[in-house]
Amino acid sequence: MPSSPLLQVEEVSKRFRVQGRELHAVEKVSFQLDAGKTMGLVGESGSGKSTLGRLVLRLLDANEGRIVFNGQDITKLSPKQMRPLRRDMQIIFQDPQASMSPRMTIGAAIEDAMAIHNIGTKAERQKRVDELLERVGLSTVVKYAFPHELSGGQLQRVGIARALSLNPKLVICDEPISALDVSIQVQVIQLLQELQKDFNLTYIFISHNLAVVEYLSDQVAVLYLGEVVEQGPAEELFANPTHPYTQVLLQSILKMPEDADKRQALTSIQGEIPSPFNPPSGCTFHPRCPFATDVCRQKKPERKLVGSQHSVTCHLAN
Amino acid sequence: MAEALLAIDDLRVQFDRGEDEVFAVNGVSFSIAEGEALGIVGESGSGKSVTLMSALGLIRENGKIMAGTAKFQGHDLLKMRPRQLEDIRGRDIGVIFQDPMTSLNPVMRIGDQIMESMLTHQYAGRREAFERTLQLLHEMGIPEPKARFRNYPHEFSGGMRQRIMIAIALACEPQLLIADEPTTALDVTVQMQILALLQEQRRKKQMSIAMITHDFGVATNFCDRIIVLYAGQIMEMADTRQFLLQPAHPYTMGLKNSIIEIGQRDRQLSPIPGMAPTLTEPPKSCSFASRCPFATERCRSELPALREISPNHHVACHRAEEVLAHAI
Repeated sequence: MPSSPLLQVEEVSKRFRVQGRELHAVEKVSFQLDAGKTMGLVGESGSGKSTLGRLVLRLLDANEGRIVFNGQDITKLSPKQMRPLRRDMQIIFQDPQASMSPRMTIGAAIEDAMAIHNIGTKAERQKRVDELLERVGLSTVVKYAFPHELSGGQLQRVGIARALSLNPKLVICDEPISALDVSIQVQVIQLLQELQKDFNLTYIFISHNLAVVEYLSDQVAVLYLGEVVEQGPAEELFANPTHPYTQVLLQSILKMPEDADKRQALTSIQGEIPSPFNPPSGCTFHPRCPFATDVCRQKKPERKLVGSQHSVTCHLAN
Repeated sequence: MAEALLAIDDLRVQFDRGEDEVFAVNGVSFSIAEGEALGIVGESGSGKSVTLMSALGLIRENGKIMAGTAKFQGHDLLKMRPRQLEDIRGRDIGVIFQDPMTSLNPVMRIGDQIMESMLTHQYAGRREAFERTLQLLHEMGIPEPKARFRNYPHEFSGGMRQRIMIAIALACEPQLLIADEPTTALDVTVQMQILALLQEQRRKKQMSIAMITHDFGVATNFCDRIIVLYAGQIMEMADTRQFLLQPAHPYTMGLKNSIIEIGQRDRQLSPIPGMAPTLTEPPKSCSFASRCPFATERCRSELPALREISPNHHVACHRAEEVLAHAI
């Protein structure tokens, strides 16, 4: 049965004015995401991946484009009209410590969202807090604790419990594991996977960790200076990375070698990410691209299909 | 094997938190040879930074060194007066930290900051220090050294700031560079640039590097030898080759298994259960036992010593041989 996607992002752009200058944070990004699936957004700092997540949630307003959630165009909804929809869209942050009030117990923090949306009685909400804590692998006594008494991994589980408290359809995971130790990262990834299966959650997974994005995502978009340079099904994109920037990103990951004589040469890409205030002409990646030609310096590349759903924004792709 | 440049022996460090104490480093011994790149790997709270920072006299005020020696070129850093230690720090031992923004002086031109380290240590006179600063900026890959000399830290990107930190650390040509998570805050492409720069400098100057990191990819690609710390103790110490081919501590294996790499879409995750101990008591048995799939009664009652199970391969596990032989 063909159904419409849970989320449609169409040609969305966001510009910030900073000290009289204009910064293009997100430029004409489009994607669709079906219920129960995961969209991975990757890119380096300043690529616009977090801004894009906030645009989808309407925590920021897009300057152009349309966001359709569950069949409804939410781009222009007023805060009041957005409110009932907020239950369906939640976010998990990178730093669970910073996203939790230090003066609120864990139980109160989880209950808070339900109270704001007038869900259930106090007793029902507290029962739900217990269920949620258990579901994310924490003991129910944690509800009496304050954030500073928990470890980073435990707090991130609380952040997940809080996000789930309203039975959302869409969860934006904004670098949810970046601040955690490796052994804890895997625990949280596994938990996110289980919860997705159990509750048919739809994720937008924002991360600079390409391997984790590849592991978790169905669809992936690679962002550079606010623009999607490559996007498509995760399997296809990682099997056949086509944009020079995607290739550079993948080459920059230091994998554990099989043996000491199979170590990676530490060879680096030239240059730095340019200032978003003054992006380069033509293809914004051209100053760092090993294959750049005159046309790349002068003309903005168009999005091209290189597979049935795999697209690349590069003059040289075919 | 080359002579040890820095030899740390049975180091024990404790932090006083008022209501309780934290046993952060519990008898750590290792050495760094001349010209060697040693990777010190562990998760937060494993003691990887505290170990080296205590040796340099750079721990917080509530930290106490309870026992041990840290001999640099034969002289115990732990017995030195602050002045003597200051002489060595920044001259013979350079240090770079994770976050260059908090380590650099925000109101001082970066060129002056690089010169300052040379002038303080009487490494060079003013004229010479200025010339060398320009040279260093050039070597660090900072374009237009003369113009950039006069800029302040906030006028640089994160990667460029880390290059400036490295310039300061290398200004007096130290024999040992301690790099404490030098690329953790940086994007992957910038991480690659910084590691390439460090490797080039190390080769050129025959310098030793202690690379403190939580990233096995960084450690295994950069270092000659690797130490794995957990709960303030060395769990495993091996050449990178042995570390890659024959990890013998269940914690090392668990950590290696925890890393998701490119091309592993179909793999099953097998997280290490539980979390690291709180360290409010000194270890009396294996600190990893409660999370270890192979733990026995002995592991829960007897502290395993760090022992050499094959040449230059040390493991603190009662069952290391069995683990290695895949007998369990």
